[in-house]
Amino acid sequence: MCRRSGHSIVVLVVAFAGIMTLCGCSYDMSVQPSYRTLARSDFFSDERSARPLTIGTVATAKRDSGGGIPFPLTIELLQQGRERFDIFCSPCHGRLGNGEGMVVQRGFSRPPSFHLERLKSVPDSHYFEVITHGIGRMWPYGNRTSVSDRWAISGYIRVLQFSQAAPLSAVPPDELENLRKEQ
Amino acid sequence: MAQLFPRSFNNLSHASIYVALVLAAISIWLAVELAKSDYVTGVGTPLEQPVQFSHKHHVSDDGIDCRYCHSTVEKTDFAGIPSTETCMTCHSDLWQTSPILEPVRTSYQTNTSIQWQRVYRLPDFVFFNHSIHINKGIGCSTCHGRVDQMPLVYQFTALRMDWCLDCHRAPQTSIRPRSEIFNMEWTPGADQTRRGNELMRDYGIAPADRLTDCYTCHR
Repeated sequence: MCRRSGHSIVVLVVAFAGIMTLCGCSYDMSVQPSYRTLARSDFFSDERSARPLTIGTVATAKRDSGGGIPFPLTIELLQQGRERFDIFCSPCHGRLGNGEGMVVQRGFSRPPSFHLERLKSVPDSHYFEVITHGIGRMWPYGNRTSVSDRWAISGYIRVLQFSQAAPLSAVPPDELENLRKEQ
Repeated sequence: MAQLFPRSFNNLSHASIYVALVLAAISIWLAVELAKSDYVTGVGTPLEQPVQFSHKHHVSDDGIDCRYCHSTVEKTDFAGIPSTETCMTCHSDLWQTSPILEPVRTSYQTNTSIQWQRVYRLPDFVFFNHSIHINKGIGCSTCHGRVDQMPLVYQFTALRMDWCLDCHRAPQTSIRPRSEIFNMEWTPGADQTRRGNELMRDYGIAPADRLTDCYTCHR
């Protein structure tokens, strides 16, 4: 008899544990009352959890660089510029900056080549301003690229301009060999 | 009164207990397998999106880098969904009358968001960070598959915890050089384990016991 009641207690405990475990099943932790980035909001009338800047917000970053690149022109900056140029600019401007990118080949208005005299003679800040605010058919990229990225791209455009009109004497000796072979 | 059941029913009643147990075990196994199946998790099936956007076209045909649209993937936890302005950068001048793009133009003109459906959805108690994976040598295709070959994007994996842990226990199996992160065609070579161990050292990746701590992903 005693053994039997022992069994009942075990069964009761197991059943109770099972029921309590199942009670713990809920989505409260999976779906928490906080927003993930860009999640839809039921609270704001425009359904956006990402809120716009408050009206009257003032930009405090220093803007005037005096026309030049306000960073030391290191090889790292130029490599950063090449990477960002290839991501954001090359679809239209082409990897060489000649305005023959893939999107242009698909029918987008053709941008001017960076190798025009007019664009060689503008200050570095011209490129920074155009990337930030756009120009003509080109839309602004200020919200997609950081300040340092935009200056790095401006620097890399100078590299492209130089590369397409560089004298033979500027080519490193080992590269010169390859160049001769290609010709 | 005569017995209702003959003696042989004793065996049957005993057997029925075992049959019930086996059936219970099979149904639990079936339920678990079904929950893991692509049918339930949605792996391989594209979601209905407001715009029939083709990654294959934009990546493979047009050669646009992942980061052109997912521009915060290297710096924040979230890869970033492009704003309507990003779409309109090209589509104000290309396919500007295409009916497929009508939701994009409407979104731009009325200043309302396009409500894209999330393809990869993690529970809120999982804290995944894109930037740390990108910067430590895990490429897009490791988790997202060949997005450059997906006309409509779908889940490459169900993101089950054991799948995450497989890599957190042995990162050297999946780590690639930083220069190959956005290369969708990269595959591990024959010497991946040796190369992976070198990269783990170079990139200062924590040992497996730290990568498998609960608080690495759950906070």
